[in-house]
Amino acid sequence: MTADYWRALAGGGLIGTAAAMLLLLNGKIAGISGIFGNVIRGVFGIQRWRAAFLLGLVLPGAVFGLRGIEFAQGVPGLALSGLLVGFGTRLGSGCTSGHGVCGLSNLSRRSLVATLTFMAVAAATVFIVRHGDFLWRS
Amino acid sequence: MAFLSALIAGILFGSGLLLSRMCDPQRVLGFLDVAGRWNPALAFTMGGAILVAAPAFWYVRTRQRTLLGEPVQLPDRFKINLPLITGAAVFGVGWGLSGICPGPSLLLLAGGTAQSLAFVGGLIAGSLALGLLPQRSKAS
Repeated sequence: MTADYWRALAGGGLIGTAAAMLLLLNGKIAGISGIFGNVIRGVFGIQRWRAAFLLGLVLPGAVFGLRGIEFAQGVPGLALSGLLVGFGTRLGSGCTSGHGVCGLSNLSRRSLVATLTFMAVAAATVFIVRHGDFLWRS
Repeated sequence: MAFLSALIAGILFGSGLLLSRMCDPQRVLGFLDVAGRWNPALAFTMGGAILVAAPAFWYVRTRQRTLLGEPVQLPDRFKINLPLITGAAVFGVGWGLSGICPGPSLLLLAGGTAQSLAFVGGLIAGSLALGLLPQRSKAS
């Protein structure tokens, strides 16, 4: 269990290093929903750094492989979840990386409110899905 | 140069998601399941990331320049409005349903599974759908 925490912390350190590097060298925020949203809107051609960042992000998964991944939903559930995540992160201008990592690192009150909101709502959603059977039991 | 540093930053980011197992949906759901068998490990991931990134943000915020001297405009830190709260809440529902947020979803694409494609397909549709709404202040 302790090794598990170290691994989680070290992984976080890598993510933080990536965010620091993108900010210090490129002057950009490592917010995945924003970078991805701009790429699919076709800003792609003008801002090649976004495509480079996303390519880099996928590479470790391709090189080291993804083992033991177990999805919690089937294809329709995942599509719905992705739809909500895509819409919500664009409306709220950020996700776990943009608000959670970069915003909090920048001492942003706005990102703190967003992070507390999506964390609380996500925890409530998991609670209803996993422990909410009392809600519809008559 | 900008291309190369962004590529390396992306590789570090993806490696961090992989090492911390943030890309494992069950792991994330275990972190969000505070009433069940709660696994707090991912709090260390977020804490570790902030610990490393915060000095860089402090540097750029005080100088408004990158290390290379290019001007930087950081996002607004104070405006709290309805789109921010509503968006974060909608995102929270989606994240809680699957345990997948945007970064991990792209890393999971490397697995080439129908499930990861379904999520990212939804992600694209959801991102584009925002542009179809009647005019509002644009998210940056």
